[in-house]
Amino acid sequence: MDGRSAMKAPALTAARAGLVACEACHLLSRPAGAGESGFCSRCGEKLEVRRHGSIATTWALLISAAICYIPANLLPVLDTTTPQGTEGDTILGGVAFLYTSGSWPLALMVLIASVMIPLGKLVSLAYLLLSVQRGSVKSGRERTRLYRLVVIIGRWSMLDVFVDTFTVALVQLQPLMSVAPGQGVLFFAAVVVLTMLAAESFDPRLIWDCVDTREPAHG
Amino acid sequence: MDARLSADAVACPDCDLLQRIPALAPGGRAACVRCARSLAKQPSGPRDLPLALTVAAAIMLIVCNTLPLMELHVVGRFASTTIAGGAYEMWLQGQRITSVLVAFCAVIAPVGYVSFMLVLLIAVRLPSVPPWAGEMLRWVGHLQVWSMLEVVMLGILVALVKIAELATVDPGIGMYAFGAVILLMPAIAVNVDRREIWRRVVWMDAAR
Repeated sequence: MDGRSAMKAPALTAARAGLVACEACHLLSRPAGAGESGFCSRCGEKLEVRRHGSIATTWALLISAAICYIPANLLPVLDTTTPQGTEGDTILGGVAFLYTSGSWPLALMVLIASVMIPLGKLVSLAYLLLSVQRGSVKSGRERTRLYRLVVIIGRWSMLDVFVDTFTVALVQLQPLMSVAPGQGVLFFAAVVVLTMLAAESFDPRLIWDCVDTREPAHG
Repeated sequence: MDARLSADAVACPDCDLLQRIPALAPGGRAACVRCARSLAKQPSGPRDLPLALTVAAAIMLIVCNTLPLMELHVVGRFASTTIAGGAYEMWLQGQRITSVLVAFCAVIAPVGYVSFMLVLLIAVRLPSVPPWAGEMLRWVGHLQVWSMLEVVMLGILVALVKIAELATVDPGIGMYAFGAVILLMPAIAVNVDRREIWRRVVWMDAAR
């Protein structure tokens, strides 16, 4: 099957052919019943034509993540105690510290991983959800690419959690200086985990279902 | 019911389009004609390479989890930490949920991934691949998502730069082993032929 013939003919998807593909081992099989697809006879994974409650679950996780994003940025992630007193550092404060101490490449890296990636994920997933709910047929390929990008780079926003963990683990030099994790760390970790789960619960095939039903002849 | 429709037919996981994967040359790849998602790749290395890489990763993982990653010297004081030690300190400081998350992403998921892969690759050498090997391959896929060693490594480097102003920090043996694991993990993922394992595994239904 070459690319052109597939684009011209009405797209034959597994769902349209009455088949369900296993998400773990990719085996194609016929659903066991009308409502329930049953389990994969090869690997035992639960079969679903489309991920169950994909849009509602993704929205729920995404909104929770957006709420956590606010305290994650406002509350300090590290509390540094010296004989002069205790000082809190937010994520942006940490970026500023790296920048002023002369390591701007690292400052940029932390800025991208901790601020831009989580924000980008929230915006991208919201856009994907809205485009599917509005039944958009445009740029399916680009939207699928965007989804894959969200899945691949999502893990890098854990960076700041690890930075804080190892700073805390090493700088325990009482009474000279000690560093404790702040309340912001928990919220920030929650943003990362919730957006990763949101990306996993979103079903990219929904993007193409709109394309297939609206424009069967042009793909 | 004959569930085995056609051995080389697949539905793209991202757009559900049905298509056939052609026979691939070693090192060859197949991508979805509609959304360009990678559908299959044929590893080009020798048959035993994945197992060799996994054994190496297992050894390095033991080393980097037992020996200190780095040592810190400041005005006659000394401190050192392992990966799990970092998570434990977070626990002691009261951030228990974060500590469990760090332990999962930095220790449990990578160790689980490598040990499951090790058992799996040994099971694949049996004349008939048992169904639990398939179960393990499923788990390997889930663990891979949460195994974040490369992010942990970058996190440690950033932490070191922050601390470097106030103390002398020396990398320990664990750090070098850690670097080796980070290179080995993607090499394993690229060289394991998952399609071939799925083709050979005894079906769950047949085993019941």
